[in-house]
Amino acid sequence: MATQQSLFQPALVGEAIKQAFVKLDPRKMFRNPVMFTVEIGTVVMLIVTLGLLVKPDATQGGFGYNFTVFFVLFLTLLFANFAEAIAEARGKAQAESLRKTREETPARKVDAAGAITSVSSSQLTKGDFFLVEAGEIIPTDGEIVEGLATIDESAITGESAPVIRESGGDKSSVTGGTKVLSDRIKVVVTTAPGESFLDKMIALVEGASRQKTPNEIALTILLAGFTLVFVIVCVTLAPFAKYSNTPIAVASFIALFVCLIPTTIGGLLSAIGIAGMDRALRANVITKSGKAVETAGDIDVLLLDKTGTITIGNRKATHFWPAPGVQLQEFVQGAVLSSLTDETPEGKSIIELARDNKVDPQALQPQLAGAELIKFTAETRSSGVTLAGGTRLRKGAADAIRRLSEAAGHAYPPEVAERVAAVASNGGTPLVLSENDRVLGVVELQDIIKPGIQERFERLRKMGIKTVMVTGDNPLTAKFIAEKSGVDDFIAEAKPEDKMQYIRAEQQSGKLVAMMGDGTNDAPALAQADVGVAMNSGTQAAKEAGNMVDLDNDPTKLIEIVEIGKQLLMTRGTLTTFSIANDVAKYFAIVPALFMVAIPGLRALNVMGLHSPQSAILSAVIFNALIIPALVPLALRGVSYTPIGASALLRRNLLVYGLGGVVVPFIGIKLIDLLVGVFV
Amino acid sequence: MSQEILAIIGIFLVTVLLAIPLGRYLAIIYRGDRSWSDFMGPVERGIFRLSGINPEREMTWQQHLVALLTINLGWFFWAMLILCTQGSLPLNPDHNPSMSVDQAFNTAISFLVNCNLQHYSGESGATYLSQLGCLMFLQFVTAATGMAACVVVFNALREGTHDKLGNFYSYFVKSITRVLMPLSLIVALVVAFQGSPMTFQAKMPVVTVQGDSAVVSRGPAAAMIGIKQMGTNGGGYFGVNSAHPLENPTAFSNAVEDFSILLIPIAMALAFGYYLRRPRLGWMVFGVMTAGYLLLQVPTVYLEMHGNPAITRMGVDQHLGSLEGKEMRLGAPASALWAIQTTVTSNGSVNAMHDSLTPISGMNALLGMMTNAFYGGVGVGFLNFFVFIIVAVFISGLMVGRTPELLGKKVEAREMKIAVIVALLHPLLILAGTALSAHLFAGDPKEYAGWLNNPGYHGFSEMLYEFSSASANNGSGFEGLGDNTPWWNISTGIVLLLARYLPIIGPVAIAGLLARKKYIPESAGTLKLDTATFGVMVFFVIWIIAALAFFPALALGPLAEHFSLY
Repeated sequence: MATQQSLFQPALVGEAIKQAFVKLDPRKMFRNPVMFTVEIGTVVMLIVTLGLLVKPDATQGGFGYNFTVFFVLFLTLLFANFAEAIAEARGKAQAESLRKTREETPARKVDAAGAITSVSSSQLTKGDFFLVEAGEIIPTDGEIVEGLATIDESAITGESAPVIRESGGDKSSVTGGTKVLSDRIKVVVTTAPGESFLDKMIALVEGASRQKTPNEIALTILLAGFTLVFVIVCVTLAPFAKYSNTPIAVASFIALFVCLIPTTIGGLLSAIGIAGMDRALRANVITKSGKAVETAGDIDVLLLDKTGTITIGNRKATHFWPAPGVQLQEFVQGAVLSSLTDETPEGKSIIELARDNKVDPQALQPQLAGAELIKFTAETRSSGVTLAGGTRLRKGAADAIRRLSEAAGHAYPPEVAERVAAVASNGGTPLVLSENDRVLGVVELQDIIKPGIQERFERLRKMGIKTVMVTGDNPLTAKFIAEKSGVDDFIAEAKPEDKMQYIRAEQQSGKLVAMMGDGTNDAPALAQADVGVAMNSGTQAAKEAGNMVDLDNDPTKLIEIVEIGKQLLMTRGTLTTFSIANDVAKYFAIVPALFMVAIPGLRALNVMGLHSPQSAILSAVIFNALIIPALVPLALRGVSYTPIGASALLRRNLLVYGLGGVVVPFIGIKLIDLLVGVFV
Repeated sequence: MSQEILAIIGIFLVTVLLAIPLGRYLAIIYRGDRSWSDFMGPVERGIFRLSGINPEREMTWQQHLVALLTINLGWFFWAMLILCTQGSLPLNPDHNPSMSVDQAFNTAISFLVNCNLQHYSGESGATYLSQLGCLMFLQFVTAATGMAACVVVFNALREGTHDKLGNFYSYFVKSITRVLMPLSLIVALVVAFQGSPMTFQAKMPVVTVQGDSAVVSRGPAAAMIGIKQMGTNGGGYFGVNSAHPLENPTAFSNAVEDFSILLIPIAMALAFGYYLRRPRLGWMVFGVMTAGYLLLQVPTVYLEMHGNPAITRMGVDQHLGSLEGKEMRLGAPASALWAIQTTVTSNGSVNAMHDSLTPISGMNALLGMMTNAFYGGVGVGFLNFFVFIIVAVFISGLMVGRTPELLGKKVEAREMKIAVIVALLHPLLILAGTALSAHLFAGDPKEYAGWLNNPGYHGFSEMLYEFSSASANNGSGFEGLGDNTPWWNISTGIVLLLARYLPIIGPVAIAGLLARKKYIPESAGTLKLDTATFGVMVFFVIWIIAALAFFPALALGPLAEHFSLY
């Protein structure tokens, strides 16, 4: 029930019902040829019904019957509009709640002379500079030009851990509505008011700038084709009936027509598209167009950054390997001492591993009193401490420590060299520790592959998607991690150009490529990729280049996006199938009803045993109307996607929605007829 | 099981068994690979040298269509010339007159579109020269036109991105020299040995058993019978087609002619797979077509073998089946077999009068023409089927969560538009034509009384049949319709032209557009077309689009008749 509730929140339903009436405007209906023809039919029925009030006509049936047909058709229209409206309302509500956070915040604008004036956030225009300090809300989207700050982005991402943003580099972008927790930054405004991604998204959902996607257009053509077939069927039926002396009432003609044309998919089509964008938004991904979501379903190749996607953030110490003649305990203590002041994740992980080795880091803390910290530099490629007693502890790359040790006249133990090689070939990074230039041992750092990532890649493989890991690691390490995590290919020692080249090569062979990126140097690749997802923390350039923005900065999001795209397409396909399959039963309800009075033999076609011609026609139109709201939840939620291979998927969907589409209306129409039969 | 049933099953199985090697052979010759028929090479080169055509010049899809339409226009003038002057041309020993312009027009169009709706009788309306030099000629070239257009589509669907799709004239000439000629020759020889005439002598005077003297028309009939069957033409040498004893003398000739109806259409379906080197694809198409065919064929044989209840009530023994309108020497099952085969393939030759089929059998014959894709005409049958593949690919592609693609090419709005127009055309022509006729008739039954021998449900079926036959380019008639009037000549003439060329232009254009698109290699997420599941999808698309649209019309015609009889 939880999903049901969230699908139809009372406030949204109220708004959607109002919109359902507003959308009856023929100029709006015209966009949807299927429902537009229904509207024409409804108007004709209204005229016929009113005409009967003035001048009763036995051949057209009673006023009550005609009015009921009119009313049901009118409901059909409202239901279809409601489906679109509720999808819009949900999308809008979601976007609105994001936008609310950023409205009317006071801002401190800095002009060219450096003078500070207090203005409202809405007065900031592109290119303006403003200042924000700890405790303040960032008034609008921008890029940091000066300073560094920790920022709480939970308002938009829901992630409570604060993030660091600083000028220059790839983490310079800030989002309006988020809160600065520490420090002070100067920011340049990057979007004009009303043009932020959220504004664009809202406009997209509201339909003002919603373009039909290419696939939607093609499907609309097909549906228009089906509609035309039935126009032909119904129009030609009039002379046929005249020839056979079986007069057909206007109500029956229109009922036949409306039931046969694909109103179910016609009514739900735009709702499905909006719901797709909305689902992406719920996953905290802002899409710049509906087409991007659609394309995501077609992706053949997925470029994934190793760090954060395949592996958990950073490397972790996994093993202490003491050099020959060195006690494990001594080695671990040395490692801890050299790392206690080391803030890097690697350093922290060494402390953690030491605890597992029964060394209490806390107990060692006092030894650091008065110690000198040696920072890591690219030159020494090592770091460490020099304790107050003069003991020099260094840890760093194997060759750096080796040089250090050999320069001091110590022999570099061959076992250590072997261990270093073994760790490297295992995909790990060896870190060698020395005490007073004597080698103590090797700390093995390993990339930790995210739990469950192998299953995800397996799932992607079944979808037919090739995964490519992008990493700065050397090819050996990259290959090891690639094998362990189950990605299909990798780009090692990757530079931004490499990504670009890889994407081009894949596209040359006809494949669609998706990637995620954040840096300015990712921008060309993001633009080149068929689906480029920029992280919200990324630079403005990256965000402009991509066609989606991920508010969570979560690299695994790509996988979700692909599934959302597939769901969107599948929902369209299955509901089209269902809608068309429904026609079989509707024919068997209406055709006998049309003729069985004049040609009693055709009673045999009334396989459902419907009560009377009028009840049969009413049951068919009522079923036709009710099926639309009944399928709204499915349209909004999307048909679930399981990667079981295309043929198996087709078989399943054909069975559920094709066969189901044939059978369900037989049962539904019969049940409605039992009810309607009581009154007619 | 009765001998007759075994015989018709045997005919069908032999056809399929022989269509398999023929399908492979078609793929080989159209790909231009080496084959045993390369001895025809010099002949073909001679033809090309004479006509100044370079068969190596590759053409775009538009160039293919221009070539196709241009030569068709040329043939039209040729046919008009011969038919209008045949009376004064040689090879006219019976001194038959020239055709009137309107009749010549009707005949020329009808043979030009491979339909062979005949508003004349061969014995008196044509001469030996026009039978061979005009009508038989058109039977060869129009069949080859369909086959060549079909090969353009095959070629366009191969892997990769292409603009050039082979040479139309090369496909066209090969279809004649290496397929239609040899096969028709064999059939012609068989029927000639079975007793069909092949002579240039005039009518033969005979004295009948009762002692009356009569003249029997003859002529170079055997030659025409071969191609009329092989090329899904159907236009007989004699007026009553293969129900005529000289056109279909024996049970064996009947079996061979029957076999010839389905042979090339089935082989074309299989050739699709062999040509693309994906035989399973051909088998998928064949499977869907066969399922649809059997669905029409089996009940028809059953019903024809069980007679008409109205006649049973009259106390007539019907253990031989419903024999009204059938040749006694051929019997009910063989006639039922032919009736469905000739309608599903757009052949249109008959060995019994379809007017006399039981209502449901008549409906099945109608459905064969309405769907027009269960085997279908040579070449064009596959083209019709291709349109349904496009629609099925579109819907099922979505159902597997990808934007739809056909053999690695995205199917988008433009292709969909063309496919929808072609798919719509057939029901539009049939229903609108029938509706206009029904409207005219219902408006003034006295004025148009000559149209319908049997007003009521059956009369409705007659009108529906005429337009279905015209739109499917079938050419068979539900006799009983007085169709030699301006209304029927003009309306069916328009239908014939539209229904022939648009369904060729459309699929060739779609395939040409697809060929130019980026080729997307297959992955695990790609919809596979050569599976039973996709076959089921296509099958339902055909039934729901092509058959259900006719449900109300069928209810008022054959279904109403059936339920009032049974």
